[in-house]
Amino acid sequence: MSIQQDFQEHVDYEELMNCTRCGFCLPACPTYLHTDGNEASSPRGRIALMKAVADGRKEPDEEVEAQLQECLGCRACEPACPSGVPYGQLLEQARTVIEKHKKHSLPVKVLRGATFGWMFLSQKRMNRVHQMRRLYEKTPLQQLMRRTNAFALLPGEAAVMEKVIPKAVPASRIRSVPKQEKAETTEQINVAFFRGCLMSTMFAETNENTRYVLRRSGCNIVHPEAQECCGALHAHGGEEERAKALARQNIEAFEAVEADVIISNAGGCGAALKDYPFLLRDDPEFKERAKVFAEKSMDVSTLLDRLDLPPMQYDAEVVTYQPSCHLENVMKEKGHVESLLRGIEGVSYTAMPQKEQCCGSAGIYNLIQPKMAMRILDRKMKDVSLTRASVIITSNPGCLLQMKAGIEREGLSGEVRAEHIMDFTAEAIRRAEKEAATSV
Amino acid sequence: MLQPEVKDALIHVLGKAYIADTEEQRIAYSYDGTPGFSAEPDAVVRPGSTQDVQEVVKICRQYGVPIVPRGSGTNLCAGTTPTYGGVVMVFTRMKDILEVDQENLTMTVQPGVTTLEIVQRAEAEGLFYPPDPSSMKISTIGGNINENSGGLRGLKYGVTKDYVLGLEAVMSDGSCIRTGGKLAKDVAGYDFTKLLTGSEGTLGIVTEAVLKLVPPPPVKKTMLALYPSMEYAAASVSGIIASKIIPATLEFLDQPTMEAVEAYAQVGLPVEAGALLLIEQDGEEELVDRHMAQMKEVCEKNHAFSVKMAASAEEAAALTEARRSALTALARRRPTTMLEDATVPRSKIAEMVRFIEKTAAAHQVEICTFGHAGDGNLHPTCMTDVRDQEEMARVEAAFEDIFAEAVRLGGTITGEHGVGEMKSPYLAWKLGESGVVAMKAVKQALDPDNIMNPGKLFAGDTRNRVSLGGDR
Repeated sequence: MSIQQDFQEHVDYEELMNCTRCGFCLPACPTYLHTDGNEASSPRGRIALMKAVADGRKEPDEEVEAQLQECLGCRACEPACPSGVPYGQLLEQARTVIEKHKKHSLPVKVLRGATFGWMFLSQKRMNRVHQMRRLYEKTPLQQLMRRTNAFALLPGEAAVMEKVIPKAVPASRIRSVPKQEKAETTEQINVAFFRGCLMSTMFAETNENTRYVLRRSGCNIVHPEAQECCGALHAHGGEEERAKALARQNIEAFEAVEADVIISNAGGCGAALKDYPFLLRDDPEFKERAKVFAEKSMDVSTLLDRLDLPPMQYDAEVVTYQPSCHLENVMKEKGHVESLLRGIEGVSYTAMPQKEQCCGSAGIYNLIQPKMAMRILDRKMKDVSLTRASVIITSNPGCLLQMKAGIEREGLSGEVRAEHIMDFTAEAIRRAEKEAATSV
Repeated sequence: MLQPEVKDALIHVLGKAYIADTEEQRIAYSYDGTPGFSAEPDAVVRPGSTQDVQEVVKICRQYGVPIVPRGSGTNLCAGTTPTYGGVVMVFTRMKDILEVDQENLTMTVQPGVTTLEIVQRAEAEGLFYPPDPSSMKISTIGGNINENSGGLRGLKYGVTKDYVLGLEAVMSDGSCIRTGGKLAKDVAGYDFTKLLTGSEGTLGIVTEAVLKLVPPPPVKKTMLALYPSMEYAAASVSGIIASKIIPATLEFLDQPTMEAVEAYAQVGLPVEAGALLLIEQDGEEELVDRHMAQMKEVCEKNHAFSVKMAASAEEAAALTEARRSALTALARRRPTTMLEDATVPRSKIAEMVRFIEKTAAAHQVEICTFGHAGDGNLHPTCMTDVRDQEEMARVEAAFEDIFAEAVRLGGTITGEHGVGEMKSPYLAWKLGESGVVAMKAVKQALDPDNIMNPGKLFAGDTRNRVSLGGDR
């Protein structure tokens, strides 16, 4: 099948036609704004390009591919669209077709195979990679790499990123998650925990803190063992078949346990879970099951906002929040992180201007489009500085690393820090408990 | 494609980075917000200064290349589709607010500044720029001036032309003129400021504008009234104006629009409601309170079965929700949404809405109407599918009837969107043949080679219909 035919068959033409070209998406689009208003770099322009390909007006050439790659996939255009065009889905469909017809160079093929086809397909392998990272940190190798500035040879912001990723926790702590956990206060709800492949390894501590907050908030937790990566990276990268396989695996894993809700603590993962009904729309066996699964899924902040929470307190600090785009634009769960922050005694929450604009992390975007990602980040850090906040709260691991990179780039590491909302909340609960214990 | 010598000349003036003729660019600048219209330009140029614009115009004049000035491409009249190719001129490099003059209450801007930036800057300076077209978050002032854009505040505050005091414009021979100034009074010759405002880029290219600012109203209050029928709502509008009150906002939704809003957003509109009025007043608190009380009385006297006054900003936001989500609710029903802006004297609103309902039924098309009740500017909105040619023919027939009726009632074919390519076949219905001849004479005098946005305003052929307006 020619790429053109493939495009016509797999990119939803009905939805391309639903774009009435009103232009309401333009002010929401980071790449449109950061290219000084280049129409081709806007959602409306990209849809026009996709339509031109489907209509046979344009070859799906490098120009089209470059525009599809430049898109962050933040989906801020979707809430802005009066016609409800599912832009993110069109983007993934178009990327999948282009990916299928693409001849990658050998190193890229190997890298894509290793990440999409090996590492992110299995939790066990993710764990193994994690152990290797721990080894790297524990041996003189890390010091050597840093001293020789070896990362400067790698593309993008690898050097900054290497510095800001959290220290690897011992593998034993990753393995020691029990199958079931009991609520430590009055029981309110039964939750199934979606651990996430990166959250459970690189960000293992955040997962520990999330579980602690849930237990302290009256949640019984169950951890389905057979769960895998959500498949978000695969879907965004044009690897749809692999994303589908992961989705089916996860649906089965969570059907095997009893729970009222399915909780995730990363906006990117949560959005992928919410998108399963779309991903599996042509799968008669899984179509309906995906809907049930998606309806039960929500972000941890959304759940906590509904529950009676334990006392929380913190130092008198100004905090601001960089929302996860996928949490707000795809999961459409807004305002709950802010609400959690407002509930912490001592802390004062200040909204940053244009907080709904993507931070430029966008999954692995900052690795493949470093120039645009850093332009967006630098602008973001200006907005952060206006709030005079000493803590930037995030709700997704990519955003967290990006904010840390921003702090590093601005030379603010002594004054400002970035934290995941669950780490911050857990600490606030611990402090309140300690305070209560000493005042008795 | 541009002739190589034209391209070379443009590169020489602008530099390679600011002229693009790639396929990507030609596709991306082939359309605007108007369904069913598109045409690819030969190139996209991005001038950085008035001088750049002058040089580009001279080259284009020499070689007979059409120039289409374009802001953010959100207009709804096919005003920036490059009908005859040529170059699309975008102003993303000319987007500075040059000055805010607190003594003369003016703001001087370049054409690429967005309406929202102007509004925000005015606010930051303790002042107010009232025009608020619904695309204001991204529309540019250059586009607003070319289309003479309106908005929700038209009744009390007027439209874009009421806030343009002076212009700098490049004419078709490459010369640069300055009109008006920081002046409330200026009768030195023809009023070219007003002529260029709303000229849709057919007479010259706006490169700078002096805008009027006003002191901001200290408070604003919001009220929502529901009626059993459109006639009662219209009677309220007349009643409000008759009691010598000019509200800041006076918006309506008809029954089909409310049904669509309720289906989409469940804002709690009762099924028995036949029409809705959203009323806002701003100004000094004491006066606003008095006006709101008076207007409430008028609404109740005219059989409103519910009148709600907002006590807080949150409540006000809740009341405006139905109006705000109208377009979204309608746009999601079918692939293509055609938003028109036939306008009638406000005393004829109920009559016009009824006519639209009847016409939609007669042509078997789905049209809902909402809009600005205070200034008679209706938005009959048709939900359709451009791919269905048979249905599109019926849609066009329905809109022709609507335009004709609007003119018959003493109104116009377009209140705020402009004529562009889309409504050019109907211009003579409003102006009459002699009106069109007079306008064409102006066009001929200022742009003899027809390079300034050709194909707009004046159609090759006027739609056949017994002449309706203008000619006497």
